[in-house]
Amino acid sequence: MTVPDDPSRRALLLKLGLLFSGFVSMLLGVPIAGYLLSPVLRGRKAAYGSWVALGAVTRFPPGETRLATYRHPSLNAWDGETARTACWVRRVDDDTFKVFAVNCAHLGCPVRWFAQSGLFLCPCHGGAYYADGSRASGPPQRGLFEYAYQVDRGTLMIRAGEMPTPGSTADASRERPPCA
Amino acid sequence: MRVITAIGAWLDARLQLAATLRDTMEHPVPRESASWAYVFGSAALTAFGLQVATGILLAFLYVPSAGDAWNSLQNLNQHVALGWFVRALHGWGSNFMIAIVLVHMVQVFLFGAYKFPRELTWVIGVLLLLVTLAMAFTGQVLRFDQDAYWGLGIGASIASRVPVAGPWLVELMLGGPIIAGATLSRFFALHVFAIPGLLIAFVAVHVLLVLKLGVNEWPMPGRLVRRATYLREYQEIIHRDGVPFVPNAVWKDAIFSGVILLAIGGCALVFGPFGPSGPPDPTIIQTAPRPDYFFLWLYGLLSLLPPSAETPILLIGPAIGIAALLALPFVAGEGEKSWTRRPLAVLAVVLIAVTLGALTRLGGAAPWSPAMNAWSGAAIPVLYLHGRTALERQGAAVFQNKQCRNCHALGGVGGQRGPALDEVAVSLTRGQLIRQVIQGGGNMPAYGRNLSPAETTALVAFLRTLHPTGQAPASDGARREGE
Repeated sequence: MTVPDDPSRRALLLKLGLLFSGFVSMLLGVPIAGYLLSPVLRGRKAAYGSWVALGAVTRFPPGETRLATYRHPSLNAWDGETARTACWVRRVDDDTFKVFAVNCAHLGCPVRWFAQSGLFLCPCHGGAYYADGSRASGPPQRGLFEYAYQVDRGTLMIRAGEMPTPGSTADASRERPPCA
Repeated sequence: MRVITAIGAWLDARLQLAATLRDTMEHPVPRESASWAYVFGSAALTAFGLQVATGILLAFLYVPSAGDAWNSLQNLNQHVALGWFVRALHGWGSNFMIAIVLVHMVQVFLFGAYKFPRELTWVIGVLLLLVTLAMAFTGQVLRFDQDAYWGLGIGASIASRVPVAGPWLVELMLGGPIIAGATLSRFFALHVFAIPGLLIAFVAVHVLLVLKLGVNEWPMPGRLVRRATYLREYQEIIHRDGVPFVPNAVWKDAIFSGVILLAIGGCALVFGPFGPSGPPDPTIIQTAPRPDYFFLWLYGLLSLLPPSAETPILLIGPAIGIAALLALPFVAGEGEKSWTRRPLAVLAVVLIAVTLGALTRLGGAAPWSPAMNAWSGAAIPVLYLHGRTALERQGAAVFQNKQCRNCHALGGVGGQRGPALDEVAVSLTRGQLIRQVIQGGGNMPAYGRNLSPAETTALVAFLRTLHPTGQAPASDGARREGE
């Protein structure tokens, strides 16, 4: 006499099987999710927020606004020219600077300085800023992003950090040196 | 011939696909639906096929590295035999694909083809539209030129406005703190593996649903869709007046697909590839980034939304739009199919088309952006200097030097950000002009800190000359009496 197939036993085994492979998949999923979230999870590299030299302060005459460029500190060999970054340096007087991101506070397009009219103008949606970085007109909701700076033995240094966006402004807005 | 038949029989004994294929080819479609109005779905599939083929060809030579991508595109354009043509086919194929998908969608909407039982076909279609647009955006990034670079900046700026998670989303999108090597690598993976995988899966389900549920019948005014009776009625239609898909319907698909391929090839040949524009070097700031054609409407919208409402509209608007599209077949799954009895549907299509068209046009012209070189490049019309006093001419020089021209046109040349000033003296008095120049207002910055009193006097003297001959400049009556 043969024992008939017990359907409930088969169903239980199937459930167990699915549960088991589901559990193993989830175990594997954790490191995979960690890999995907790595830009957020790995924390800031040491170089990420380090000070970058923009050049000797003598390059920036008082009362004028000049474009300065630097290589971003957290670069990889294959970043090419994207590792280059620009910022606008305004030397207010001998000891005081303002270092603005080129990224418009509206949507990040590169603003241009027009010395004659004393305005920064954005080519994308027409944002305009005064020489001190404050909003003049157009869609931006705030002034230009500013970097924290310091002068170290005659060299102007800034804290490069991340690309400033409306949701994540450059370091300076949170941490401004006392001289600024 | 006998050998071929034998091989066919041998293969089919194992694959057992011949019967299914024959059924698929011969499946009946309503006679009137074997129409030129029903060719857009297959044309979209043809365009996608071309994108896959040309995409693979480009991947043979494209270097997905931030340091080399731009150079590899230059190499494709200039040194690889017909590299420019394959790039052009891929670029124009992308534009045609989006256009055909949109036309297909409009046709399906107006013919009520999304109604019961084809709701899921529509939902998958909406997902296909989204992944097609995602392909277009990620493809634009792979062109890794200035437009791509700053386009990523715009994308990151939008993502950063998501409450709380914004900064994380930016880092996830860029793969790091700035747009760099990691950014291009992840967009390459998305454009070449992840999104096409989704696209192929969605297309498979979409086509399967079309075959399973049958091609939509030609909508007849007054013939209403009811869940209880539709399936039986449809069976009656194809039983009474059905024709086999092959060849009755498919020959039109084949010809239209050929026309589309010819058009893409023609555009590629005549207009050539898109870009790349300047290298993705963020220190080159003399650039006016513009997105590709199908995102110009969004670019325009971003300038025209009231600033305070911009973030909520940007973040909530797309969700509402997509939700509305997805909900459509469930809200309006029954009833009238014919567009002749659905005036609201026709009105909605016209309204959306006109809105997107107008925004696209504005996005291309970008009248809100200053004409960056007008102050040095466009001379003041001689007519406006003829017979003027020294002070007024001095004012004209101030007008140019202070870059007023970047935003204000004279003689039809200059920026359009502010009003043209050819007749400004008619509408503004001397006092109003001085106040406007010094304090700004409206959408104009204040120039008080940047103009000396002498410059302001000269500038306003010049502006006061800008009125049609025979029409007196505006004056403050009360003040004149007092003077």
